Amino acid sequence: MSQIKTIAIKEFKDYFISPIAYIVIALFLIVTGWFFFSTFFIFGRADMRDFFSLLPIVFSFFIPAVTMRLFAEERNVGSYETLLTMPVSFTDIALGKFFAATLFAAAMLVPTLAYPVFISFIGDMDPGPVAGGYLGALFLAAAYCAMGLFASALTRNQIIAFIIGCALCFTLTIINRMLFFMPPQIVAVIEYIGASSHFTNFSKGILDSRDIIYFISLVCIFMFSTYIVMQEKN
Amino acid sequence: MIDVQDLTKYYNDFCAVDHISLSVQPGEILGLLGPNGAGKTTTLRMLTGYFRPTSGRISVKNLDMPKDTLRIKSLMGYLPESAPLYHNMLVYDYLVYVARIKGITDPDKQMERFKILADLCGLSTIMDKPIATLSKGLKQRVGLAHAMMTDPEILVLDEPTSGLDPNQIAEIRTIIRQIGKEKTIVFSTHILSEAEATCDRIVIINNGRVVADDTTANLKHKGMQNSFVRLTLKGPDRKTAHDFLTSMDPALDIRSAEPKEEGLVCFEIRSPDNRDVRSDIYLKIKQTDWIILELARETQALEKIFQQLTRQEA
Repeated sequence: MSQIKTIAIKEFKDYFISPIAYIVIALFLIVTGWFFFSTFFIFGRADMRDFFSLLPIVFSFFIPAVTMRLFAEERNVGSYETLLTMPVSFTDIALGKFFAATLFAAAMLVPTLAYPVFISFIGDMDPGPVAGGYLGALFLAAAYCAMGLFASALTRNQIIAFIIGCALCFTLTIINRMLFFMPPQIVAVIEYIGASSHFTNFSKGILDSRDIIYFISLVCIFMFSTYIVMQEKN
Repeated sequence: MIDVQDLTKYYNDFCAVDHISLSVQPGEILGLLGPNGAGKTTTLRMLTGYFRPTSGRISVKNLDMPKDTLRIKSLMGYLPESAPLYHNMLVYDYLVYVARIKGITDPDKQMERFKILADLCGLSTIMDKPIATLSKGLKQRVGLAHAMMTDPEILVLDEPTSGLDPNQIAEIRTIIRQIGKEKTIVFSTHILSEAEATCDRIVIINNGRVVADDTTANLKHKGMQNSFVRLTLKGPDRKTAHDFLTSMDPALDIRSAEPKEEGLVCFEIRSPDNRDVRSDIYLKIKQTDWIILELARETQALEKIFQQLTRQEA
């Protein structure tokens, strides 16, 4: 347990030691802020629904950028060998890195908490959907981090890790919009697989156990895959 | 202490390590010697639990891999080749991180350990420097501190002196010898003089196989058995000198060698019972008016043995 914590803290600090954290957070704020507020005053609704509907697509590019280095860089530099020959298990390493990435994604969301604060000044905002949205965003980020981590474990090249991660996250994000191409028999299945519909429930303020289980299963599946890849690569 | 049996590792079809068996006694400094690509690093990586062997058995202090891999890892300190470290961290932060992962969580104990390591590895002046700015020798020292963090019983060092300048090499060797007084050390190298100077026992591997496994003293002794006397003369021609020497003792194996200068003759003389024949030769040649320019006994040093063993196989 303490090893997971040590690795998580080290990886989390690493983001802030290098310029990565500041660049990623700044870009994230610019992108989400721009898209959210470009239509916000036109509709004149005091809610954050548009912000949350942006998140899956924005996350599917930003989260792989955050996770791509976690394994690929260590493999490339060779420090992976140093890490693996210390008394830590694969599980400790994978979980430590996963928590660090998820924590960083949460840190990315923290500055956006200013939006609901200011919106509540200019209108009568319903806090439920906003709280649900942030909770959902954490689940979404965790699931995407697990996928990004898996992509990073596959290769020693960070760019490949980023592209695979993007492809995985992007597929889950947009698959719901592709439903009309699908044969009718599998539409219900595909709809369940897509991340957007589950996330939308959260941002409406609905806490459905099915959605929570969906995101937790995604995390479990990809963390387990990461574990298998780590084992196979040795 | 360490017992390795029939260790084999395939990378796809390529056999990097082919049924290697080793055993290391407590307190021994074992040198793993071999040309580049012989399988030294792969062997060490399997020994430290980084690679899974294709087949074979590794046990350390009666603990078996892979069942007790975590416990074995905590008994060992490992310095990988060229000491790969996290470049964006400060030396101190890195050591704290390593200490925590290796289970030293108490800050007082950490400080105590850091002081010892800083003295031993000469880190006191670089504690506040980013690892990326360190020279190769300094990185190697940080790597050594990493390996010795928990004061492990076994140290595994993969080419600890590669890429260092002669002064740094001497320093690292001194450190190894110093630690080796109490610890079991396995280290790999392709530099013979290094193995000769630091190891108790040498295992030579080539193409993934053990081709020699003996104490350093024994290997040197074997080298002595193939000794010969090199004789360079000024005066006679080759034929006369050869006949003259043969008349001394017909059993001698006298071979002509290439002289260093024009007008000289040079021989390599081996006696069948490996006796030192220098005084006989001197007394014999004293009877003539030839001039002895060189009369030296050359032993087949470790280098020759190494070349023989690794070339035959290649």
